[in-house]
Amino acid sequence: MHYTVKTAGDQSIIIYFGEQISKQTSQTVQKLSNIIESSGIIGVEEVILGYTTILIHYAPTRISFHTLINTIKAIIMDVDLAKTDERNTIEIPVLYGEELGPDLANVARLNNLSEQEVIKLHTEPDYTVYFLGFSPGFPFLGGLDERIATPRLENPRKKVQAGSVGIANHQTGIYPVTSPGGWQIIGHTPIPLFNPSDDNPFLLSPGDIITFKPITKIEYDEIINSQI
Amino acid sequence: MIHIFNVIKPGLLTTVQDLGRKGYQKYGLSVSGAVDYYAHRIANILVGNQDNAATLEVTMIGPTLKVLETRKIAITGADLTPYVNNSPVPLWRSFTVSEGDILSFQGYRSGCRAYIAVAGGLDVEETLGSKSTDLISEIGGHHGRRLIKGDTITANAVHTNKICLSRRLSTELIPTYTKHVRVRIILGPQDDAFTAKGIETFLSSEYTVTKDSNRMGCRLEGPTIEHKNGADILSEGMFMGAIQVPQNGQPILFLSGRPSVGGYTKIGGVITVDLPKVAQLKPNDRVSIEKVTLDEAHELLYKQENIFKLLQASIGEGGGL
Repeated sequence: MHYTVKTAGDQSIIIYFGEQISKQTSQTVQKLSNIIESSGIIGVEEVILGYTTILIHYAPTRISFHTLINTIKAIIMDVDLAKTDERNTIEIPVLYGEELGPDLANVARLNNLSEQEVIKLHTEPDYTVYFLGFSPGFPFLGGLDERIATPRLENPRKKVQAGSVGIANHQTGIYPVTSPGGWQIIGHTPIPLFNPSDDNPFLLSPGDIITFKPITKIEYDEIINSQI
Repeated sequence: MIHIFNVIKPGLLTTVQDLGRKGYQKYGLSVSGAVDYYAHRIANILVGNQDNAATLEVTMIGPTLKVLETRKIAITGADLTPYVNNSPVPLWRSFTVSEGDILSFQGYRSGCRAYIAVAGGLDVEETLGSKSTDLISEIGGHHGRRLIKGDTITANAVHTNKICLSRRLSTELIPTYTKHVRVRIILGPQDDAFTAKGIETFLSSEYTVTKDSNRMGCRLEGPTIEHKNGADILSEGMFMGAIQVPQNGQPILFLSGRPSVGGYTKIGGVITVDLPKVAQLKPNDRVSIEKVTLDEAHELLYKQENIFKLLQASIGEGGGL
């Protein structure tokens, strides 16, 4: 397997598996991250996944740079990438359009589609969670149908409601917390992606498969009420 | 749980911090924690705490706090002219405050962030393994937010025999905060995204801290650092002290409130032992950069850790450090 390792400050390294976003590279990143984390290497503090990268935070007072590099090389040499890990599939219910999906009409118009066609194209694929970042639990997803790829808003919103489902260029995602943002918001999910008081605070993990399911306002309200 | 302070004035930005929320960055959670780990750790050591106990991080304009229980405290980091009632109190030294005392800060002198440690540590609920306030996710610390007027701050109970000992830090371990700082860095991981001229500009110029700086990052302004072919990269993990250079060629030094991933080129990273200098930079301060090797950075870090070990070991023996 081809990879390069670079230093990132004096307490982390980044392993690069090429520069092309792909499902296969993402699987490599996920598998190796899991192994590195679960190996309990003394001095390795945490990993951060990217599209084609693994950043490893280490404590140089507990593991030397050279020991770290050699350990990681050995892990990469040993890994069996043919064996695929079990994946969780999570269905995300979404109320498309209306007040909570104000840009649905926009996305339809810019792509010469009807709103129903946008919803259909958005709900058909299985999406892979490549990694999480930007805000707590925000998934970077692979698998968006090119026919609904839409540029970011020219004027980002100061406040995008938590649960908003959006599109930005070739990506789709869900805002886990209320934050500023420039994505085209096409719908809203009543399911929380980040709940800090829960034992499992994050709904999604890298490697999960997610699907979107269109729901009616009545179903949306039912889910909201069941959470209270 | 003991009430230790009542907030009379909150100051500019006062938050509860420890050494950060580790292990959740891969879920997109910021690490948070004290921006100046050195001042935070020393403050704790001076009052006999573990170095990751929660302290108050105070920014530029300090709070006014009414003391609700007699307790040993220490203030480190920026000099914001701390007073107890009508008398100045020293920095980098523990002392006892008594019930009813008013701790205040009378004006800015040097640095950017001060730390107030109380013996026993501040007692706030741990969220995902840390007491640090994450202002973006609104979790941790005191109800996930900065302190406001009227808040009551709680501390852990302490054994009475620890209360009276006073400790001070040896003068040579007390940093001085100047308006011009030389920061040592390691190049990478995207130094190859810059032209030779760009790298040379970065290493030989002086940069000024802008007023948009905050816990997330310290923004610098100065000669443009030239990219070869643009500043965008595929989003990848971020790290403390990362020096990101977006398309405008102006560097940003990332601090403890940083996001977990970023999509712009990073020309280098500040070495760990110099991060406390960056943490104390304030608008209009000037920065120049010096390149060192990874081995040099680690040697300096080992030396510093030995000092911390010695200081920690002396806890419980009493007297000065």
